[in-house]
Amino acid sequence: MTTLTDPPKEQFRLSMLLYDTRYRSATIQVIAMICFMLMAAWLISNTAQNLAALGKPIDFGFFSEPASYDINQRLLDYSSRDTHLRAAFIGLLNTLVVAVLGCITATILGVIIGVLRLSNNWIVARLMTFYVEGFRNVPVLLWIVFIMAILIETLPAPRAFRGDNATASMMLGDSVAVTNRGVYVPEALFSNSLGNIHLFGESSLRFDISLDLMLILIVLGGGLWVANLLRKRADRIQEQTGDRPVTWWQRLAVVVIPTGLVLVLLGFHFGYPELKGFNFQGGTHLRNSLIALWLALSLYTAAFIAEIVRAGILAISKGQTEAASALGLRSNKIMSLVILPQALRVIIPPLISNYLNLTKNSSLAIAVGYMDITGTLGGITMNQTGRELETILLLMLVYLTISLSISAVMNWYNESVKLKER
Amino acid sequence: MKKSVFLGALTVAGMAAGVAAAGTMDDVKARGKLNCGVTTGLVGFAAPDSNGEWKGFDVALCRAVAAAVLGDGNAVEFVPTTGKTRFTALASGEVDMLARNTTWTFSRDVDLKFEFVGVNYYDGQGFMVPKSLGVSSAKELDGATVCIQTGTTTELNLADFFRANNISYEPVPIETNAEAQQQYLAGACDVYTTDASGLAATRATFENPGDHVLLPEIISKEPLGPLVRHGDHEWGDVVRWTLNALISAEEMGITSANIDEMSAGTNNPEINRILGTEGTLGEMLGLDAEWAKRAIKVGGNYGEVFAQNIGESTPIGLARGLNAQWTDGGLLYSPPFR
Repeated sequence: MTTLTDPPKEQFRLSMLLYDTRYRSATIQVIAMICFMLMAAWLISNTAQNLAALGKPIDFGFFSEPASYDINQRLLDYSSRDTHLRAAFIGLLNTLVVAVLGCITATILGVIIGVLRLSNNWIVARLMTFYVEGFRNVPVLLWIVFIMAILIETLPAPRAFRGDNATASMMLGDSVAVTNRGVYVPEALFSNSLGNIHLFGESSLRFDISLDLMLILIVLGGGLWVANLLRKRADRIQEQTGDRPVTWWQRLAVVVIPTGLVLVLLGFHFGYPELKGFNFQGGTHLRNSLIALWLALSLYTAAFIAEIVRAGILAISKGQTEAASALGLRSNKIMSLVILPQALRVIIPPLISNYLNLTKNSSLAIAVGYMDITGTLGGITMNQTGRELETILLLMLVYLTISLSISAVMNWYNESVKLKER
Repeated sequence: MKKSVFLGALTVAGMAAGVAAAGTMDDVKARGKLNCGVTTGLVGFAAPDSNGEWKGFDVALCRAVAAAVLGDGNAVEFVPTTGKTRFTALASGEVDMLARNTTWTFSRDVDLKFEFVGVNYYDGQGFMVPKSLGVSSAKELDGATVCIQTGTTTELNLADFFRANNISYEPVPIETNAEAQQQYLAGACDVYTTDASGLAATRATFENPGDHVLLPEIISKEPLGPLVRHGDHEWGDVVRWTLNALISAEEMGITSANIDEMSAGTNNPEINRILGTEGTLGEMLGLDAEWAKRAIKVGGNYGEVFAQNIGESTPIGLARGLNAQWTDGGLLYSPPFR
């Protein structure tokens, strides 16, 4: 006779938390977590206590005080009577400008250099190796300062353009002035301007959007869309009949004619820089600080991107190239149609971190006096108000937000170029 | 990730913990060295000489305090600070005092929680332009590019001045005096503006100082003085009365040459009190009786320090002007040692 008994009901004992492998890891994690939280709580309370002892409790009220300082490069209207918040906002826009310009330039340069480094031409390949090693092995701060010093020391001062025996002259038919205070280029002006849309009223975040620019962009976008439709139609006809209708002039016309018409209607003309008083007046002033920062960040990051591109291309098996050339494609077609689209999948993830690096490196701007958000909020505002903790925390939050936004956009792009497995 | 958050928090706490430490005097004595915040280099006020030894008007004050507290004018660690980093350096306890041509303002004294212990130089903001520019007044500077040290009161005065006179300018923010000099000399800015004393000191280092002029306008009051952290009054008193001792010494005629003779005892009780042969002033400060004697001996009295570093016989060539003793029509007026 066999009796079936239930297995003895296991009783939970406290010691099992330590000796039973099923629970042990959880126990350790919980203890570690508690220690970490205690530590964090202690740090926070200690900071708060010390600030209170100093008589400086956390307070963001300074944001509504007038900033009282001027900012040279401002994309929106700003005067020294505006608030610290406005100054921070102007700084944020300056950060974004240099980050966006830098990312675009770095990508273009990086792709070209990365591809050229794989060139069969010995000199070209060596030159590119030299470039990559030179730029990525020297700290970017040095490049920024170095480029700034070159701009200041070698280019002529505006006063060299003056007088009968001027030692410097403007370029491109007197439209561009290259000086050691920056480059003055013609600006676009509209005599029948539609004006601006004012957003956010009179608050510190007020923002003007040029209706002229919006209109031009809409018309241009519409033209490109129609041109795309024309191309698709041509593709369809080619597939059906084997003959491709000649559409290049139609596609060009739908883009150029409406845009040109809008420009004429708006009374588009250039405003040329002119030497008046101490400086060139009129035109758009690209300051030295912007140029130095932009160039240095782009050249530096391009070296990294070049390596990423090279790695991406090398990751595609040689069979692809051989198969493509067997089909009769020329080598530049092989690169643009076969290799690069596949390589993109390898390239994009590390590219994201380089964009993030470039954006964060732009906080070195103060070395050349470029008024980015580190220079305004984390520099002058912090110094004038003495709110170190508040401004630095906020600054970290701003950079975090920018970085996460870039990551989100790039990840979305990465999804779209990923190998679609069906 | 967790680790980096942790380290970041530690840094914050480290900063905060540094703040909490009061009793700067005990810290300095225990360390045997005074950490003194100075400029990154402004000839005449604070700059290392060819031997790497810090020299200057502000440096002399650091040395006097070190001599008073530690008995050795060389027991100073000079910490170069920029206009931007100076307050954080002082607030975080990295330096014990700042002697860095810093303007005494309400918000710095009250809101930033510092304590200005006195004024060692009465200054005002001026403008320097190349002579060839042909400018004779700051009001003619409409549209000019102006180099300005960022994080200073001069930055704010500049904005106010141009605004009040309804003229425009283009600011070029600069971190240090050396960078400003480079940009100014290269013509990347038309004008350099800072405290008039700083301009004179900077101009003295130029190859051709005669090619540059200081414009007549002085657009602000800039009382420059040493400062310490708010709340540590014992330490504040030591720095304040060391400065006063230097000023009083000039008034009383105590110089580095005759100090030994005078400390044998004079018939002026105030001199005796300063030099510690009478009364217990040193003890009240928490120092010994000869603290002021050492402070004066290390670089001389205020007048001697001024003459050696920035006076008319030096390349910087500043006149005493407002910085003369009150008996000579200036503003220097030390409270009595009593």
